[in-house]
Amino acid sequence: MPVTRGFFRKRPEGPAGRLPPGQYDTGSGWPVLTAEATPRIEPETWSITVDGLVDRPTTWTWADAHQLPASTYTGDIHCVTTWSKFDVAFTGVSVDVLLDAAGPQVDARYVLVHSSTGYTTNLPLSDLVGGRAWVVWDYAGRPLPVEHGGPVRLLVPHLYFWKSAKWVSRLELLAEDRPGFWERNGYHDRGDPWLEQRYQGD
Amino acid sequence: MASMEDVVPTVTTWSTGRIIEKELPRPDQVRLRLLVEDRQHHAPGQHYVIRLRAPDDYTAQRSYSLASADHEPLVELLVERLPGGEVSEFLADVAEVGDVLEVRGPIGRWFVWDRRTPSLALVGGTGVVPAISMLRAAAHLRRPDLLRVLAVGRDPASLPYRDELARSGATLLYTRHDAGGRAHGAPTAEEVRPLLDGVERFFVCGSPRFATLAEGLLAECGVEPGAVRVEQFGASG
Repeated sequence: MPVTRGFFRKRPEGPAGRLPPGQYDTGSGWPVLTAEATPRIEPETWSITVDGLVDRPTTWTWADAHQLPASTYTGDIHCVTTWSKFDVAFTGVSVDVLLDAAGPQVDARYVLVHSSTGYTTNLPLSDLVGGRAWVVWDYAGRPLPVEHGGPVRLLVPHLYFWKSAKWVSRLELLAEDRPGFWERNGYHDRGDPWLEQRYQGD
Repeated sequence: MASMEDVVPTVTTWSTGRIIEKELPRPDQVRLRLLVEDRQHHAPGQHYVIRLRAPDDYTAQRSYSLASADHEPLVELLVERLPGGEVSEFLADVAEVGDVLEVRGPIGRWFVWDRRTPSLALVGGTGVVPAISMLRAAAHLRRPDLLRVLAVGRDPASLPYRDELARSGATLLYTRHDAGGRAHGAPTAEEVRPLLDGVERFFVCGSPRFATLAEGLLAECGVEPGAVRVEQFGASG
């Protein structure tokens, strides 16, 4: 592709190895991007279900989820709209804990994540295990704000942030991959920021 | 009602667009019209990605909604020049007619008007851009009755496409300017309600703050949240 006449790198290079290609450091900002009307969900009525190809379909209420061992992610997040945010801290529960309770069947290979708004996103099951994915309700030690997916969102920080579904309500385990909302809208099925997998075909 | 499940997958590839026209309606806005190589059809509400490439292969890319409708020969974008905005400052200050940019699109199949469903666009600031594409498509179809637009700006001078909106019959409201007997201020549910009759789908576009306000007004008017499609932008755009 051609060089753009008159365009030069102005931003300083980010910290070595922390900024994936095509991303910039948004600093203290945290842009809000949603496709649907922001829902008002009371923690008392929120729940999350793990079902599909599992031995024990299980639903946790807000109180149930808070009985599980808490887990915190501290690190970076990367949005496909090209901002990255360094050193964020989210607290909730590891998805491993939920999956262990539900017992994935051997043919479960993909997960379709559902939000209470109807939003969906798809991931390989392997991206949700091994301490790399969380269901979170605290951000920087405070309740997660509704515009950022509160009361509870998914967090998969090693993939572009649209995979970290806001207002998460269900993890559906599947044998075959089924594209979610942005994935049907032209975005990539996996979304690895280090491989710059932004759009279908990347 | 169409749900989030009904969107069809799509693939786009990078192409190039030559700048045919460039205009700064205001110092903080730039309007570009591009001739896009191997252009695909688009629906009103879709966006393009523009990618700038430096000699050292450093790239910066941003998404911008289309103002043009599909029947127009050129692809039109209106970009707000954000202070420190790596791409928007380049487009406003450096890019010239004749320059070639990397482009990709159209992208997005959710915040799109199907050109059939009676709809209301509630848009603020540069969020008017997709509503312009919708209005042009409706006019081209000779079905202006299918689309109502309520556009909100700080004042007449800063509202993009103000004249075109007014000519198209849009309702224009100003938050910091008294006009036509209306004192300045945020839109109210009473101002939204008369526009709802027969409307089946709602498009909200603007800053996160505007989107929150507009969603709240629609909820106050009893609109079902599932009928509302939202496009927000911020410093990332």
